[in-house]
Amino acid sequence: MISQIVLDHSKLSPGHITSILVVLGAFMDLFHWYDTLIKVVGAGASLPICSFGHSLIHATLKSAQANGFLGLFTGMFDLTSGGIVATILFSFLFSLLFHARD
Amino acid sequence: MRDSFYEEIADLHKARENKIKNAFLSFLCGGVLGLLGEGIVEILVSFFSLSREDGLVWMLILFIFLASFLTSLGIFDRMVTIFRCGLLIPITGFAHSMTSCCLDTKTEGLIYGMGSNAFKLAGTVLFYGVSSAFLLGAVRYLIEVIA
Repeated sequence: MISQIVLDHSKLSPGHITSILVVLGAFMDLFHWYDTLIKVVGAGASLPICSFGHSLIHATLKSAQANGFLGLFTGMFDLTSGGIVATILFSFLFSLLFHARD
Repeated sequence: MRDSFYEEIADLHKARENKIKNAFLSFLCGGVLGLLGEGIVEILVSFFSLSREDGLVWMLILFIFLASFLTSLGIFDRMVTIFRCGLLIPITGFAHSMTSCCLDTKTEGLIYGMGSNAFKLAGTVLFYGVSSAFLLGAVRYLIEVIA
């Protein structure tokens, strides 16, 4: 599946790799390559972090087409807010409930 | 001690990791996660009559929930040492980094501990994602306006 990109992990830290992949995902959607990828492989392409960059730029462009240049600012999180809100909420709740292990 | 000499010794004692095995495991894990996600989306779409986009969002939320939960139980860390990037690159890694930061800094207090450290690792993703999306989006928008 598309997670083959994951294969080239060797020297960089996970933080570097995730940042690079997000930028890569945003770049790939500049010409809507990522959309075709999602259509072909489905959830395999929307689960990795590159789809985060993809949906960021997707929402941005959509609202830019609707609202003009201001849409670049206002529509950034239209599609990704679900994921972000869920992450914040669950990490808050679980860290309230549990203690750190060692 | 000279630096180069020190590095030689450090290299000798570095744990040797089987790169091919790691790559294979992470590939497998990423593939299995993708497969699971696809299956969940299919189930959601066919049984709960959701649209495909909604199904995708629900699937992501489910995975984030699972990753946060397993992280707070300490299971996720052990899984990461085995599967490496296979677990860190999907959205589960995002949830994991945030939850673990929250858990680690919980002792420092709710506001200056958890609140300000939550995005310590996950912040890079948001930061570079948003800046790159904005810049590229601006380029694309300008192209469309001119053309």
